[in-house]
Parts: sequence; C-alpha cells; structure tokens
Amino acid sequence: MAQNINIILSGFGGQGLLFAGKLIANAGLVEGREISWLPSYGPEMRGGTANCSVCLSDEPIGSPLVTEPDALIAMNQPSAEKFVPKMVPGGIALVDSTMTAEVPTRDDVTIIAIPATQLAEENGLHGGANIILTGKLWKERPFCERATLDKALEKTVPAKHKNLLGNNIKALEIGMSL
Amino acid sequence: MSEKFLMKGNEALAASAIAAGCRFYFGYPITPQTELAAYMAKTMPKIGGTFLQAESEIAAINMVYGAAAAGARAMTSSSSPGVSLKGEGVSYMAGADLPGVIINVERGGPGLGSIQPSQQDYWQATRALGHGGYRKIVYAPSTVQEMADYAYLAFDKADEYLMPVMLLADGLLGQMMEPVELPEAKTDFPEKPWATTGTKGRREHNIANSLYLAPDELERKIRDRQGRYDKIVECEQRSEGFMLDDAEIVLVAFGASSRISRTAVVKAREAGIKAGLLRPITLWPYPTKALEATLDHAKGFLSVEMNEGQMVEDVRLAIHDQRPVEFYGRTGGMIPTPAEVLGAIQKLAERVGD
Repeated sequence: MAQNINIILSGFGGQGLLFAGKLIANAGLVEGREISWLPSYGPEMRGGTANCSVCLSDEPIGSPLVTEPDALIAMNQPSAEKFVPKMVPGGIALVDSTMTAEVPTRDDVTIIAIPATQLAEENGLHGGANIILTGKLWKERPFCERATLDKALEKTVPAKHKNLLGNNIKALEIGMSL
Repeated sequence: MSEKFLMKGNEALAASAIAAGCRFYFGYPITPQTELAAYMAKTMPKIGGTFLQAESEIAAINMVYGAAAAGARAMTSSSSPGVSLKGEGVSYMAGADLPGVIINVERGGPGLGSIQPSQQDYWQATRALGHGGYRKIVYAPSTVQEMADYAYLAFDKADEYLMPVMLLADGLLGQMMEPVELPEAKTDFPEKPWATTGTKGRREHNIANSLYLAPDELERKIRDRQGRYDKIVECEQRSEGFMLDDAEIVLVAFGASSRISRTAVVKAREAGIKAGLLRPITLWPYPTKALEATLDHAKGFLSVEMNEGQMVEDVRLAIHDQRPVEFYGRTGGMIPTPAEVLGAIQKLAERVGD
C-alpha cells in the first residue's frame, strides 16, 4: 500500500491542475483508499493561482485543505513562491521551469525544475504539461500501483474526450522517464 | 455494495435529492453552492422534473411552498445571504405544516461576507431563520457521503413530521470531492391526503395556509405542532462519538470543523491526552442525551467551530454547566488547523487536569 500523501497542485486556470488532481484522487478511488480533492474557489483565483488540494490516506481524512504539502506541482511563478515555503521538510516540489523564471530554493525540500510545458509542445502534447509533471511525481513518490494510473485516467478523462486518452498516457510516460 | 463515484459535495447532494424523489428544484445562483443548482438544471429536464431559476431567493422558496402544498417533494438551495432571504417563506411553510428541504452551503458573513467556508449561520439555522418561533430539523453532514445520505433522509423526515428540514453544510463540503455511494431511487412515498391536488368534485377542498385570525385557533395549531417538536426532540437526536468512551477532554464540533477536530483528537491521544470528539449530526434537535452521557468521564469540553462560538451555549445547556466549556474557532471564511485545535486541547487539559 502506498504511503499517505498530501499534495497541492497549483498554476494558472487552464493549465489542467484540477484535472491532474482528479487523476491522482481517482487513483486513490480505484485502490479503495480514503481520498479528498478540494479546489480553490476563493480570492486566490484572482491572484494568479488556481489550485487544488489532494489527500490520499489509509485513515479518514480530517481537513481536506492542505496547508503543509508533502508534494507540490507548481506550474507558474506565483504558485512556486506561495507554496514552496509551506512544504514539510523532506517534501518534493516539481516546478514547471518553462513557466517559472525563478525556481525557489530550500535545503530541506527536494525541488526539481522541469521544463514541462516545453516538453509537452516538443512532443505534440499541447496542454499535457500537467500530466507530464504528474508522471514525474508518481516516479518520485509512487502514490499508487502503476496499473492503477491507467484505470484512473480512464475514469478522469470525460467520455466525450476519450480520443485524448492516448496523449495522456504518452504524457504520463514522458514524466516517468525523466 | 454499489459503485463509488468521485463527486463534489454539492453534486452528490443534488443526485441524492433526486434519488429521494425530489422533482421540483427552485433556486438562484450563489457561491459556493452553484454546482448544486447546475446539477439540477442538467438533470431535472431528463427525468421529467422541474428546474427553475427563480428571479430571486424569495421567489424560489415560495415556489417550494407551492410545490410542497401540491404534495411534491421540493427543494431549494442557497448560501448564507441567500438563505436569509428565504426566512419569510420558510416561516410560512412551518405555519402551514408543509414539508420541504432547504440547503444552506454556508459562506462567511454577516452581510455579503466572504465566499469561503464558514459555520456562521448556526444561530440562524437552529434558532430563528424566520419569525414566529417555529422549528426545523437541521442536519449537519461532515463528508460528501453524508451530504448524500442526509439530503435523502431530509425528505423522509420532512414528510413524516410535516415541516421544513434544513441541511447545513459549508463551502468546504460543497466544493470538495470524495468517494460517494449514491442511494437507490426511492419508489414508495407516503400518502398526502392534505395536498392541494384538486378535489375532482369528490371531497372538501384542502387549504395550505398560515393565517389564523382567531387567536384561540392559532394557539391550538401551535400547540399541536409543539407536540410534534417534543417528539422530534425525543426521537430524532443524532450524533457520532470518536474516541469518546474514556475521553476527559470532549471536543464538540460539527460539519467541516469536526473533521479537523478528529485529526486533533488523534494527535492529542498521541501526546497522552485522553481527548475524544462528540459530533452533533442534528443541530436541532441538539444531541443533549449523548452530551449528558459523557459527564461520567469528561473533565472539560471544547467547542470547535468556524464562527465565534455560537454553539457554546448549547453545549453548556446540554451538560447543565457542570463542567468548563471552552471554545476555539476561526471565522470569516478561515479554516482552523489541527495544530491550532491541539493547542486549545492542551490548554484545556492543563486547566482541568488533576
């Protein structure tokens, strides 16, 4: 069984962070774990970060609002600046360096800069940077079984967009290969 | 067990209301409950139900009054400022002994307040949403699953006791997704011989009305209704205990703040403090029996709320002020952290410790 993990995914609206969060939450659902997914809907949405909190646990989840993340996916400058300082020591932050000019530093957190948006464009996966980063997060902190990810993707991609399933799998694999 | 879905609290509540036989939904958009109305807008036309975005919250609650009078299962939903506007209509429903379900997905107040989660409408929900001293059952779910379960139950209880029933949630529960198992569609509904469905020339006409110009007649009505309220206080109290059996520090918290309190209780136990949680599920009737039962072991109580302490007086009344009752909360749309609650537990433990 994978470890308990509290994740924040943050970026601009439209970068697919809520979708990536749902993918991780659905992985927990497939494995019958306790999960929660909470989107920001308040004033921070006007300040450049749309974010969501995802908890995967083997115990009932208290607050679904993650204030001290174990893991962070940050896809723009304001997100990296806002959440890297809040991370628990030993945590992991994946920062999209295509979108973040200055990647913050911390001695007690593993911060990995990945040009995810650029990688997505180079591979013909426009809008797939979120899933590339999710693949990398899985590699660094395997939050579920590998086979679960494919099932979770099927649950997360809406029926009318099933043609995008292949691209999502490709993006996941690119992330895992980094 | 049937399949579990990942759903937002607002959506699970709407889906469950439909399963409970709700076929009339009237509302007006407001954050953070809008997904509920959106779900109804999408779904009702497909199942022969009615979704109507009213011109105002006042219109919406009066449409619920009308649909309820005609015997339908009807619902409205809003968030704090919008619920204030419904107060008059809910009072009229109570005065006419009509069943209906009212959802409040709370946000910060007073006034327009904030759009973030809060529990600042506890007094409004449990005391007087409108005039005239009526009561309504108030359920306080704490998970997406309970959003579904208590929405379903609310319709049954409304019909059973002929009164409006409220579900008091907050922005956190409305917006979050958790796995949820939806109830089966209800097929057996109670007879409603009082409904204004047309006499077809075969009976005296039914009237849905809250106006009684003869005060002795109104007094009789109110006392009849009070008899039902007394029965509800006796039969409908609901709560859940967590690590409560030997708890010396008893946290009392409902809804979103009960989730945070639960985490804090686990941390307190790890730190050697015998803490436990009593979670009211009905806010009216208040679970006084369950609270009284903790007096065997409780040394102190801590009410944890997302307001400035509106529930404290109910805890004090339930335990007849026999133990100290402290309060910890955040308000205005702020959410307490487990660490903050743990701090309050430690302080209380020092105060009442032997």
